Amino acid sequence: MSAEEKTPKEKIGVYVCHCGTNIAGMVDVVGVRDWAQEHLGKDGVVISRDYKFMCSSLGQELIEKDIKELGLTRVVVAACSPHLHEKTFRTAAERAGLNPYLTELVSIREQVSWVHTDKAVATEKSKSLVAGTVKRIVYNEALEKLKVPINPNTLVVGGGIAGIQAALEIANGGFHVYLVEREPSIGGHMAQFDKTFPTLDCSACILTPRMVEAGTHPNITLLTWSEVMNVSGYIGSFNVTIKKKARFVNEELCTGCGICMEKCPLKVIDDVYEAGLGFRKVIYTPFAQAVPKYPVLDKPNCTYFKNGKCKACEKFCPTNAIDFNQQDETLNVEVGNIILATGYDLFDAGKVTNYGYGRLANVFTSMEFERLCNASGPTNGEITLRDGKTKPESVGIIHCVGSRDKNFNNYCSTICCMQSLKFAHIVKERTGANVYEFYIDMRTAAKSYDEFYQRILEEGTLFVRGKVAEVTDAARNPGEEGKLIIQVEDTLAGKQRRIPVDMVVLSSGIEPRADAKQTGKLFGISCSSDGWYIERHPKLDPVTTMTEGILIAGCASGPKDIPSSVSQGAAAAARVLDKILQKEVELEPIRASVDEAKCSGCRICNNLCPFNAISFIDDLAVTRINPALCQGCGTCVAACPAGAINGTGFSNEQIFAQIDGILMAV
Amino acid sequence: MSEYIYYPGCSMESSARAYGDSMRAICKPLGIDLKEMDDWNCCGATEYLSLAKLPAYSLIARNLALAEQQINGSHTVVAPCSACFLNLSKADHYMLESPTFGEQVNEALAAGGLHYTPGKLTIRHLLDVLINDVGLDKIKEQVVKPLAGLRVAPYIGCMLPRPDYSNHYSDSEYPTELDDLMRALGAEVIDFPLKTHCCGGHMTQISPDTAFELIRRLISAADQFEADVIAVVCPMCQMNLDAFQGQMNQHFHTKYKMPILFFTQLIGVAFGEKPEALGFGTELVSARDAMQRIGVQIPVVEQAAAKPRKVEGLPMRPPRVKTGRKPGNGHKEASK
Repeated sequence: MSAEEKTPKEKIGVYVCHCGTNIAGMVDVVGVRDWAQEHLGKDGVVISRDYKFMCSSLGQELIEKDIKELGLTRVVVAACSPHLHEKTFRTAAERAGLNPYLTELVSIREQVSWVHTDKAVATEKSKSLVAGTVKRIVYNEALEKLKVPINPNTLVVGGGIAGIQAALEIANGGFHVYLVEREPSIGGHMAQFDKTFPTLDCSACILTPRMVEAGTHPNITLLTWSEVMNVSGYIGSFNVTIKKKARFVNEELCTGCGICMEKCPLKVIDDVYEAGLGFRKVIYTPFAQAVPKYPVLDKPNCTYFKNGKCKACEKFCPTNAIDFNQQDETLNVEVGNIILATGYDLFDAGKVTNYGYGRLANVFTSMEFERLCNASGPTNGEITLRDGKTKPESVGIIHCVGSRDKNFNNYCSTICCMQSLKFAHIVKERTGANVYEFYIDMRTAAKSYDEFYQRILEEGTLFVRGKVAEVTDAARNPGEEGKLIIQVEDTLAGKQRRIPVDMVVLSSGIEPRADAKQTGKLFGISCSSDGWYIERHPKLDPVTTMTEGILIAGCASGPKDIPSSVSQGAAAAARVLDKILQKEVELEPIRASVDEAKCSGCRICNNLCPFNAISFIDDLAVTRINPALCQGCGTCVAACPAGAINGTGFSNEQIFAQIDGILMAV
Repeated sequence: MSEYIYYPGCSMESSARAYGDSMRAICKPLGIDLKEMDDWNCCGATEYLSLAKLPAYSLIARNLALAEQQINGSHTVVAPCSACFLNLSKADHYMLESPTFGEQVNEALAAGGLHYTPGKLTIRHLLDVLINDVGLDKIKEQVVKPLAGLRVAPYIGCMLPRPDYSNHYSDSEYPTELDDLMRALGAEVIDFPLKTHCCGGHMTQISPDTAFELIRRLISAADQFEADVIAVVCPMCQMNLDAFQGQMNQHFHTKYKMPILFFTQLIGVAFGEKPEALGFGTELVSARDAMQRIGVQIPVVEQAAAKPRKVEGLPMRPPRVKTGRKPGNGHKEASK
């Protein structure tokens, strides 16, 4: 055939790695090498070698030497996954003067030797994959990395402990931070807690200094009672629209004296900060140490907004700071990086109907209990039953409510065991009541956690291992009348038990924010099936996402305790500082682009892009892709009915040639 | 009138005649037209489902095959008994879930010239039809004699909301449909904590002690919450709680007298139907006192004297020495 007789255009080198016995144990490496030399010569293979560890410096030098001496124009390395060593070999080729995008890796370890058990078949598959890449690489183009400048400002979304930590680290590094929080005060869930495990230091005492620091830092613009409405742009230059909701309080004039809150005649149930267990005024700061100190007026509940009468707050305000005409404001800020520290929601314990929450008065959720034992809570820290008076003589704490349960969430919420132990200690200390812990497994795996567990055991808390079947008020045996009876299979004793108690605390698991998915879409990042944001790598890159410039910290990516959240906030900040200090960032040139002449303007691709990189140009009725935003995923390329979108590195010619190659060896 | 295919099951004309009578009495004003299917057979009850799956489900599926032939404008089969409802649903569900199993069942049905297309029919319980098709508003419109003052413990049993293949109930562990229905009739509904607990099922036959304990739990809880009656939706529940209440009392030396009524009987009373037409008086623990409290008179039905139990083996004299065992808690003491 004439095509085969032509002199190949490129000079290709093939390098097959043994990876010790990782590959050589299941693939005839020498066989693959010889086959490539023999059968792929017509495609341009001029040299085919094998080596024990191709990624070693000697292996890399081998490739560099061939490039220089044989004048190779393309390099194919059959070794491990590109995730591992693509960069290694591309850099090696670059050192020898070859454009890095003219080197490709063929995964014959993860995709062949580790997953097959028949050496002959594995060897044949390796040949196919090598042939595919050899045919494909002919069409590879020399690409240049994109360079974009980095705006030194950073947006941090979420003012819980993770967000505060991230903001402070960056601000202390000398760069500006916009810290956005949708509640009236920063502090997050940590501000609701009484004590923190395992040291039992007062949560507010360790948190509020950080809050104050964030509130007064010259490099931090604090935007509470605010939400991010829109995000456009890409790493280095995001444009963010923030809605600053009307507080109806003029922040310039308000001194935070609190007279308005004192004089406001209407109390409503506080579902957020007090977890529904206490009240707040209609004009309020959620708690005494709130940052900022300015109150917020709750418009839907305000008597003046409802009936046109009252204005008590306005009358008594000594600085005339109340402004009933205040409107929502929209701000636009330019930032280079965004950290999402959006936190979690508590699992709704009412969904586990057999535990009776919402029906049986003395069944409490863990967050209600936090408020109950908090000195600033509705009972000033007195642990009482729902009547607000009676002290419980016995308390049952149920673990894993909504967690590790295939009816609700499969995952472990990680914090509940320790939180439950903390509750047991507080109950014992303040009431002397008998405490029962009902657990499936105790998980106390962090520094000083197990020692805390031992301490609680010694304090005399009773541990029953077994999943609670039911909490009921139906007394069956003498002594159960008027109590809540916990029916449980004690799996250590091997029998069913009924334990009557006065109070039940449900250690509810934690869940992604109810709006996590929309928020993810807004920022162009995705959620796992559980709803948590997905990290770029769960172990090696836990604070970045697949979208450049969008980082995650704290519970946004999964359940975490306070130390982990703080570490993540700091880690994300370090990543951002690193980017800012580089002043510009290099982006992978694997991108999609639209051939506008072919684009019919059908807009099918417009909503598919997970990175918000596609926009529609109305005047020209064509679609355009922002190369800095595009991550090269290829979704739009596959979707375009006109074939107008081309993915760099994944052109039709490349894909078809690769298929040809793979089929050739079959 | 909404038409339904009606599968009565074995009890509606016998042990649960009160259920059958009262159901017919309320269907008319609610616009429910139940067309009984021809030639139906046993639903399999609980007997050998766990022993031999194929014959068990073929027996059940025969009913589905017949119902499919007799589709009359409605694809819905109504079973008033929870056990019938669950067995028919399970047969349909398993055939749909595993096409291989579906084919095996159909092979067996083919011997009788029958065939069932899995998923063709919708199988529902009467309670579900009343709540979701008729609706509480329409039921409220028919109430002429509200059950004000009658404390009802709504007991739904275990089979209706579990596994709830079609997702018709608000919750599997704590469904409140029967509560809502009773409230719509004007009754004072207690928040009955054991509403989905077991009534004992066929344990009364194979392990009476087990059944008595389960029955005691339900009756004593209703008593504790000062219920006047327990409303049930299943003939098996009614039978266990009513017919075995006496033996249970004997077993535990208690004196409970908790009337067990079908929910349809209470609906009938609220609709102003005559108690005789609703099967009142056939219950073994009389509901007369309870119903009198809300001004409903239940006529005395002459009952044949109970036959003495046949003594097996050799006769034995009663013990001469008293055991000294005190009679246990009665209804009043337990309610404290």
